[in-house]
Amino acid sequence: MSPLDPHRLLAVARKEWIQLRRDTRSMILAFALPMMLLVFFGYAITFDIDDITIAVVDEDRTAASRELVDAFVASDYFTVRERLADRGRTEELLVRGRVLGVLTIPPGYARDRAAAGRGATVQLLLDGADANTATIAMNLSGAVAASHGAQVAAAGASSPDRASNATGAPVRLESRTWYNPRLESRHMIVPGLIAVIMSMIAAMLTALTIAREWERGSMEQLAATPVSRLEVVLGKLLPYLVIGILDVSLAVVAGMLLFGTPLNGSVLLLGVMTVLFLVGALGLGIVISAVVKSQVLATQVAMVATYLPALLLSGFMFDIASMPVVLQGITYLVPARYFITVTRGIFLKGVGISVLWPQALLMLLFAVAGVALATRAFRKELEA
Amino acid sequence: MDSPHGLAERPAIAIRGLTRRFDDRVAVDALSVDVRSGELFGIVGPDGAGKTTTLRMLAGVLRPTDGTALVAGIDVARDPEGVKPHIAYMSQRFGLYEDLTVRENLDFYADLYRVPRAERPARLERLYAFSRLGEFTDRLAGKLSGGMKQKLSLSCALVHKPDILLLDEPTFGVDPISRRELWLILHEMVAEGITIVVSTSYLDEAERCDRVALLHEGRLLALDTPTALRGSVSGRMLAIRSSRLRRARDVLRGAATVRSAHLFGDAVHVLVEAGVRDEEALAPVRAAGLDVRDVEETEPSLEDVFMRLVG
Repeated sequence: MSPLDPHRLLAVARKEWIQLRRDTRSMILAFALPMMLLVFFGYAITFDIDDITIAVVDEDRTAASRELVDAFVASDYFTVRERLADRGRTEELLVRGRVLGVLTIPPGYARDRAAAGRGATVQLLLDGADANTATIAMNLSGAVAASHGAQVAAAGASSPDRASNATGAPVRLESRTWYNPRLESRHMIVPGLIAVIMSMIAAMLTALTIAREWERGSMEQLAATPVSRLEVVLGKLLPYLVIGILDVSLAVVAGMLLFGTPLNGSVLLLGVMTVLFLVGALGLGIVISAVVKSQVLATQVAMVATYLPALLLSGFMFDIASMPVVLQGITYLVPARYFITVTRGIFLKGVGISVLWPQALLMLLFAVAGVALATRAFRKELEA
Repeated sequence: MDSPHGLAERPAIAIRGLTRRFDDRVAVDALSVDVRSGELFGIVGPDGAGKTTTLRMLAGVLRPTDGTALVAGIDVARDPEGVKPHIAYMSQRFGLYEDLTVRENLDFYADLYRVPRAERPARLERLYAFSRLGEFTDRLAGKLSGGMKQKLSLSCALVHKPDILLLDEPTFGVDPISRRELWLILHEMVAEGITIVVSTSYLDEAERCDRVALLHEGRLLALDTPTALRGSVSGRMLAIRSSRLRRARDVLRGAATVRSAHLFGDAVHVLVEAGVRDEEALAPVRAAGLDVRDVEETEPSLEDVFMRLVG
């Protein structure tokens, strides 16, 4: 294996640090870009849906039908943008995207509602182009309708002359969500974003380092010295590890100040986990840099190889458990997956190492593999 | 290695059948050369002769396709890393960090070779003295002139007192004064016992070496001291001046009395048999209706030797 002399390692690290400090492009990539992405994504991405625009076609035009519409409006989830007398423009509104759904109350709604033993039926047409939003709208409308139905039934039961209509006290499901009680997706997003952004930034930072030396001609000179491959890899990794830790710290503070993301768990544990994660991600960047030997190409490869998997296959956007089995298998190779579990766990649940040790072990494995692969990929040789 | 007997016993570099192919091109073809300990050895030839490829293999940064080279007694093909502490290599392209200062570059290389801290001030003082970089210690290497950059590269190479110094065209693109200074430094280093292998495409520079290997298309054409190489040219070397030099050369090349003819400065250098008189040699030129302004016998230079061998 490659020998390791701490003095030479530090010499490489010191050199790299000086270069990094003097390189505006690297400094922007190291500090400005992650903060920009955090703020941008933090504000732009929200999985919360609190404004579903609908059109109402009230063909019944009774007090009962107006009550139902009021129930939708009062729920705060729905905004009625159009009120129509008939169904003529239903399709047009949906196609043009004016509204997400059309609630149609057919004639006879009030009569059906009052009739014993029969329920009244209304129709909600939803634009399924955005399946995620449509699903949420469907669930919310179901809840609104059920709650309204229960209220009507309860009101009926309290009037003695219509006691026969009462179908008994309606069962109400009351669900509570822990850890993120208001289910604010931003609280989920900020810890996840830190993992996604750092996956990309870490790999892109180190992707430049080896390729830059090949392009500028300094690698031929460096390769003729007794410095070992491991010393070069670790020496180049160290300054960027410091940058990465600074980035995560800044992101944590920004997340708390800008988005009010709570940090419930141990800062120290988050720090240790961050180091484990970063070493693997930085190592991957060095592997890419050593293999492609061109700064432009290395940056692009690093971005594609980290950003997309971290965004799509880490559990950040899509639930891993509901992915096809093959994709689920691939997610195990995305280190961001483990780091997201860690950041969400520490931020929101405040859990400790007793829960997160599998993630810690796997990230350690990735860190060791990253450094080992980088050392193998980097050759002190021209035209290998 | 410093003992007088040791010099003869083990060469600083022993190259045997060293070969490097790039796809279908042979850059260095079965090169066999011994570089003696403590000599200033020149690898000389035009671009594409295989100079850079040879030096890269000796420096352990390029794997030979075939053959061996023992550098400081270590087989560079089998143990390139074992060779590296003994040598210093200066690549043809500037290989230091342009975004580091003069001092930072020197410190970095001193660190890589583990030069003890206590020895550094004296070492740097000496390097600054010959390179005259002392007043530019805080200047970024990228902001130095071409000559200064080469002196800095040489200083970084010498910071750990290597046994063997490998220099790939160190005077390429350097002004004449800096070139002279660089060669003076090399002579000083050799006087201190360092073995130097230097490549150049300037044949006048080759004259400054103890021994010279003439390389052409990857093959060794000749290997000797500059004096012996010049002496190897038998016959008379004439410098002929005409107002139409190229035409005169072409005519002379076709003449039966002429063994070789090539342009050299403002004259055509013509090699003829020892018994051939000036007028006999000039006959073809006059026959072609070209003027002859001047003719004189001249000492063959290394360039004449090279042109004759390649001829």
